[in-house]
Amino acid sequence: MTARLSTLSPPPAPALDVGRLRADFPILETRPGGNALVYLDNAASSQMPRQVIDRLVRYQRSQHANIHRAVHTLSEIATAEYEEARRKLARFINAREEREVIFTSGTTEAINLAMHGYGRRFIGAGDEIILTTLEHHSNIVPWQMLAEEKGAKIRVVPISEAGELLIDEYENLFSERTKLVGVAHVSNALGSVNPIKQMIAFARARGVPVLVDGAQAVPHMKVDVQDLDCDFYAFSGHKLCGPTGIGILYGKAALLERMQPFKGGGDMILSVSFEKTTYNVIPQKFEAGTPPIAAAIGLGAAVDYLSGIGMEAIAVHEHNLLDYASAQLRRMKGVRIIGTAAHKAAVLSFALEGVHPHDVGTLLNQDGIAVRTGHHCAQPVMQRFKVPATSRASFAFYNTMAEVDALVAGIRNVQKVFS
Amino acid sequence: MADPKSLYQEVILDHNRKPRNYGELAQANHKAEGHNPLCGDHLNVALKLEGERIDAIAFQGESCAICKASASMMTASVKGKTRQDAEQMIQEFRDMATGTLETDKQAHHLGRLTVFAGVRDLPTRVKCAILPWHTLHAALNSIADTSTESENDPMHAPIGDA
Repeated sequence: MTARLSTLSPPPAPALDVGRLRADFPILETRPGGNALVYLDNAASSQMPRQVIDRLVRYQRSQHANIHRAVHTLSEIATAEYEEARRKLARFINAREEREVIFTSGTTEAINLAMHGYGRRFIGAGDEIILTTLEHHSNIVPWQMLAEEKGAKIRVVPISEAGELLIDEYENLFSERTKLVGVAHVSNALGSVNPIKQMIAFARARGVPVLVDGAQAVPHMKVDVQDLDCDFYAFSGHKLCGPTGIGILYGKAALLERMQPFKGGGDMILSVSFEKTTYNVIPQKFEAGTPPIAAAIGLGAAVDYLSGIGMEAIAVHEHNLLDYASAQLRRMKGVRIIGTAAHKAAVLSFALEGVHPHDVGTLLNQDGIAVRTGHHCAQPVMQRFKVPATSRASFAFYNTMAEVDALVAGIRNVQKVFS
Repeated sequence: MADPKSLYQEVILDHNRKPRNYGELAQANHKAEGHNPLCGDHLNVALKLEGERIDAIAFQGESCAICKASASMMTASVKGKTRQDAEQMIQEFRDMATGTLETDKQAHHLGRLTVFAGVRDLPTRVKCAILPWHTLHAALNSIADTSTESENDPMHAPIGDA
């Protein structure tokens, strides 16, 4: 990669030994399409360190059997490792109890679980659900399906030109019929970090539970669900250096116990007869069928890896990357940063004057730079900013200042092609 | 694999900067709107059929450079052609973009439109190049609007003998 010297002040020294960390990620040494990889699509999916890859291999080679079933040793080992992964995840987000951590296939399924388990039982005709303009489609569509089924209403918190939630408007949306708030911790399209602690306190003072979509927050900052006092917190493994097909729904135990099951099947029952079935206790009540055991154990290894680095150090380095990249793009003519919230994490969405994001993405890819272009499954955000799509660079702790320079050089090249 | 850089050739960039036949067509008697919900691209194609002949054609819309240049070059190519000739070009363009027509080995009527052959190596961009042609097909057959994702997506239906 050719690092272009900046006339800005030199980038801050990394808070992490990034070179050493990069060596943990075999994929960063590959050359897809013949170029050195500059991977800036971490908000879509992060890469996996060899510590997690090795853990998956060790499980498959020597520990795999079905869990919670047989008396044989291998099944006991697999069950113990799976439940150990749950403990690790509970510690990682500081859940009060490990039974508050439900394994799902990802954030989308976690939100759908809350919708079916909580929403379909406790939300009825005329009730109201508060969402925000910043939500990913996965925190909009399930609630629309529920609203349509039950005759409930969805109220939407607007955002400012900077991409910040208008908190006065949020508070004004509450009524006696408000039954749930769904809010992203960090916007996937803009990177805005929402003031969820304040929003949760306001809702809970009115007896309204809050579901936080934490898919874009958990990889970038220390998350403490007890400190936040949220009722639900959903996130995915594959954005957290873990495998795909695994995610978490955290829920307060008292709430989870009152909810109805989402999927029916094996493992979620205590007894079954054709007259009556008794459901299992939490978390098993919500984990019907054989779960993705290897993926759960892999995710456990991923949070061990991240905790070893330290989420605080990760946050500092990623802020430095974002600040440096934002400063560079602000100086470039014909570049508009979309989303200028005071508090942002790891996401830089931008538009180039006269160039469609898909052309930006294709041309950057020719230089080995992987960014996301499109509506980011957040069409209400695109409508708010009156753009069909944006280009989005999103950072992880293994990205470097030189990669930011490569992005800037790549954008200059796009502008040159289209000049 | 062809060098994807060849996709952004000067002819494509030129048609993107200065699209031909861009705007409204007052005397149009066939129109269609095309959109690709995956990327937000949309365009309108309007044409005047005089008997079986495309007497006039225009397009407008918002899209990426590949889509806009494809639309611009398409309008220039089919103007004055018969409906039947246009349908054949639609078929050939689609086959070229999806890789089933090798323009350097098989006979075709695409002329300079072969600059778009490179999209076959960029699966996510194929629809950008094809959208104007879908929309032309819809306009010729007076389908009110078309989409690269709809159930009556011409991409999944035979083009040419509708």
